[in-house]
Amino acid sequence: MNAIEPTPRRAAEPPLGLILELTHRCPLQCPYCSNPLELARASAELDTASWCAVMEQGAALGALQVHFTGGEPMARRDLPALVRRAAELGLYSNLITSGVLLDAASIATLVEAGIDHIQLSFQDIDAEAGDDVAGLSGAHARKLQAAELIKSSGLPLTLNFVIQRRNAERVPRMLALAEALGAGRVEIAHVQYYGWGLRNRAALLPSRAQLDFTTEVVEAARARLKGRMVIDYVVPDYYARRPKACMGGWARREMVITPTGKAMPCHAADSLPGFAFASVTETSLAEIWSADPAFLRFRGTDWMPEPCHSCDRREIDWGGCRCQAFAMTGDPARTDPACALSPDHALMQAVAFERPETAPPYLYRRIGAAEPAEAPVEAAD
Amino acid sequence: MSGVLTEEIVPAFRPGAKFRFDAVRKAWVVLAPERLFVPDEPAVAVLQLVDGKRSLGAIVDDLAARFNAPRPVIAEDVAAMLTDLAAKGAIRL
Repeated sequence: MNAIEPTPRRAAEPPLGLILELTHRCPLQCPYCSNPLELARASAELDTASWCAVMEQGAALGALQVHFTGGEPMARRDLPALVRRAAELGLYSNLITSGVLLDAASIATLVEAGIDHIQLSFQDIDAEAGDDVAGLSGAHARKLQAAELIKSSGLPLTLNFVIQRRNAERVPRMLALAEALGAGRVEIAHVQYYGWGLRNRAALLPSRAQLDFTTEVVEAARARLKGRMVIDYVVPDYYARRPKACMGGWARREMVITPTGKAMPCHAADSLPGFAFASVTETSLAEIWSADPAFLRFRGTDWMPEPCHSCDRREIDWGGCRCQAFAMTGDPARTDPACALSPDHALMQAVAFERPETAPPYLYRRIGAAEPAEAPVEAAD
Repeated sequence: MSGVLTEEIVPAFRPGAKFRFDAVRKAWVVLAPERLFVPDEPAVAVLQLVDGKRSLGAIVDDLAARFNAPRPVIAEDVAAMLTDLAAKGAIRL
């Protein structure tokens, strides 16, 4: 071999999943929504044929799962048609829903179309508190109804509880509900602080003691329910010593498609400066996955700075989260400050340390509610 | 499920779990809610016998007739593999 021959770029493994954000429309206004601060309007959403083309290209590329999410994906009238196309393509389909638009007729239609699994989100176990987070009165009662409908349809059900400072003490009751409903899987997922969650961080971030309590409860339940109910647990990064493997690594497993058809490596990538994401209406998924500069930018380990580059965990956590590195330091190419080895780790600790004793009110997720100019970028001093 | 499995139990895929061949990867895959496994060759041989009707004992008999290993060794391997898949939410024991 010629020594000056360039190292061939390793071909990317095929993606495992397609995350389709069908719409940003949602009857709920949760202040930790993973959607961007700037929400897409209905008129700008991809049409049915375009979503079908995305799934066809994705399946050919090797994707095995499709996640229908939003906003509220059930706000799309063509959802059953999209589910049917996914089933025809052999894609494992997962509906991520708030449940408030679900009734006996719509669940029957989804089952008939071939949906494989439904994940139902809860804001709390207490109805009043849950409705307060959702910004919609009666939401919690409708979710309970949806859970019963999903269960009696025979579909596998995952309950997703979003944990924050106002409900951390109620995790035992959340697990009890999941058990009583016979859910096969439950997610106890602390809020992740991006987009709306980042804007509302002071109103949501739990204390260290609250986090320790939820960890203890989850560990005990896991031991007790082993083999019967799977419990996934997601922690906030602010008390961590090692970062999470965000998205399983940048552009390594999943492809997110926004309501308007932008292809991104993660939900929050839109917050990063200097990226132009390709549109699925103009570029094929295969081309985007293998050659789009935004997908290549942080894929693998070559891009990593120290201390990541020589770290033996570099292929475990993949350097953590790029959006968090940017939100905290202003530079998306730095080590995730959630890592105790990061030179910026003190920024994360400071947020936890300066957490207000009293929670401020929520800034609800509404079109136009967030002024982009006020996005909280942490200063380094 | 805890402790030692008896050979009478009948393993089955959990509702929502799918076991299929992926033509792109040229490999068998197990798809379950928010889970995805690419089982190795011995696991594929076991999973192809999981149909909600065969008992654990019948699965072990079948494998013992086809593979050159003592039955108790196969029985132990199969039980460990199924227990692991049950913990991951793909199999019901």
